[in-house]
Amino acid sequence: MNIYVLVKRTFDTEEKLVVSGGQIQEDGAEFIINPYDEYAIEEAITVRDAHGGEVTVVTIGDEEAEKQLRTALAMGADKAVLINTEDDVEELDQFTSAYILAEYLKDKEADLILAGNVAIDGGSGQVGPRVADLLGINYVTTITSLEIDGDTVKIIRDIEGDAEELETSLPLLVTAQQGLNEPRYPSLPGIMKAKKKPLEELELDDLDIDEEDVEAKTQTLEVYLPPKKQAGRILEGEIPSQVSELVSLLRSEAKVI
Amino acid sequence: MSKKVLVLGETREGALRNVSFEAIAAAKKVSGGGEVVAVLLGETVSEFGSELVAYGADRVITVEHPHLKSYTSDGYSQAFMAVVDQEQPQAIVFGHTAVGKDLSPKIASKLQTGLISDVTDIEGEGADAVFIRPIYSGKAFEKVKLKDDGVVFITVRPNNIAPLEREERSGDVSSLSVDITNLRTIIKNVVRKSAEGVDLSEAKVIIAGGRGVKSKEGFDSLNELANLLGGAVGASRGACDADYCDYSLQIGQTGKVVTPDLYIAAGISGAIQHMAGMSNSKVIVAINKDPEANIFKVADYGIVGDLFDVIPLLTEEFKKVM
Repeated sequence: MNIYVLVKRTFDTEEKLVVSGGQIQEDGAEFIINPYDEYAIEEAITVRDAHGGEVTVVTIGDEEAEKQLRTALAMGADKAVLINTEDDVEELDQFTSAYILAEYLKDKEADLILAGNVAIDGGSGQVGPRVADLLGINYVTTITSLEIDGDTVKIIRDIEGDAEELETSLPLLVTAQQGLNEPRYPSLPGIMKAKKKPLEELELDDLDIDEEDVEAKTQTLEVYLPPKKQAGRILEGEIPSQVSELVSLLRSEAKVI
Repeated sequence: MSKKVLVLGETREGALRNVSFEAIAAAKKVSGGGEVVAVLLGETVSEFGSELVAYGADRVITVEHPHLKSYTSDGYSQAFMAVVDQEQPQAIVFGHTAVGKDLSPKIASKLQTGLISDVTDIEGEGADAVFIRPIYSGKAFEKVKLKDDGVVFITVRPNNIAPLEREERSGDVSSLSVDITNLRTIIKNVVRKSAEGVDLSEAKVIIAGGRGVKSKEGFDSLNELANLLGGAVGASRGACDADYCDYSLQIGQTGKVVTPDLYIAAGISGAIQHMAGMSNSKVIVAINKDPEANIFKVADYGIVGDLFDVIPLLTEEFKKVM
């Protein structure tokens, strides 16, 4: 089976965000594989181990993203591809990313493409379905279970807390929701092997993409932190009197009840 | 310049979802005085048309087909694109719901347009509209606008944009016949896991429990309070990992992001990942035995005490006044 995983290098949101000049400061911050993409990588490896084939992880970014690709290889992916847009694209949006990924994937005859259902930085959750639409294949988002039998695919997906059971077929793009699996940590032998696995670097020219074709459709004007909350009130006194004070505050001061 | 705006209306358990009324309010702003046309897709949905008009839609178009009974991206995109072809809108608004999240990228891809997802506020109107959306799980916000003069397409996060006042108005409800074919996904079954009635993402009140709840049974008192206030129960990752409740209740960086009017955190210490999912709630109440717990830093009101003492008392106190 020919399996591709779309991954994104993201800011570790355990990091403290610093904004200056209307932008997030990335200097010295930790970067990770988007946590939802880790579920996708894990599932891809599991599917390959059960059905044979090859797992290729693909990302868009600059050289820094090699680290995350090596981690995916250390987990067990077979090959990695970095589409380096550093010199060609100033502003990426979901339209741009999907277009580039679809151009890369269009002649790969992928049976299964996996991605995270959302990236924890931008949080739009658009790229997976957009790629599927550009490739003309079906997609299912926020999946928590995947079972492949020949061309038939049985899936359970999370829809706002409920579980929807459905059937579809390959080729297919799915996006991973928490609960799909428990991503493995790269083992030491895995890390050693990953160093020798192929990591291909491509630029837009290699994909015959013109810069005009990938001009972002949206523009971020400003990034800012939410206003600092004033310190809250810790109530005092006996618990029962605190409780009745709280109820009256919620009704009269906060006016939420 | 005014814009004609299409809004996708959604139903759940046989009623229109609140987020659809909020989406109409957003569409009004985006329209800058242009026409707001609501779209309803389903097996039988025309009965809901007049309610969308009462909340501000100028007109409603329904597409009814047996293949639209359950949502599939193929079925809904064929139906919605048929409406787009007929109406040629300059803007589109969906709710940022399970359906909206799944369908909007496909429609945006077909229209080759930008899509601004998960919008929580709109500044300006019409052509000058700028959209505000949370990034980094709500730790920051960005202001975004469309770069070109293509279709303005946004999804709005439930519970953030106030719906318009309901009033008796008249507006045309018409149906469009669309041939829905070649569905590649077959829905077999939906297993209800979420609490009855109130959806976490749309709940005005959320009572959330953490490790401090200590057991499955520990959630009973939280459920009772949530039922009384017409709210929903949520949980921290710690409580889900400990198997006190289903992962569908998890609020946080992985899990749901919620913005209720009132968030009561019981026995939740306040890990960064949890705060990412709830810190933009309007009013936060923290109940924790540990006075040093992080959750008190984002709380508007805090009670240092055992949740098993506080929650039942709180329920009794609310019963007295409601």
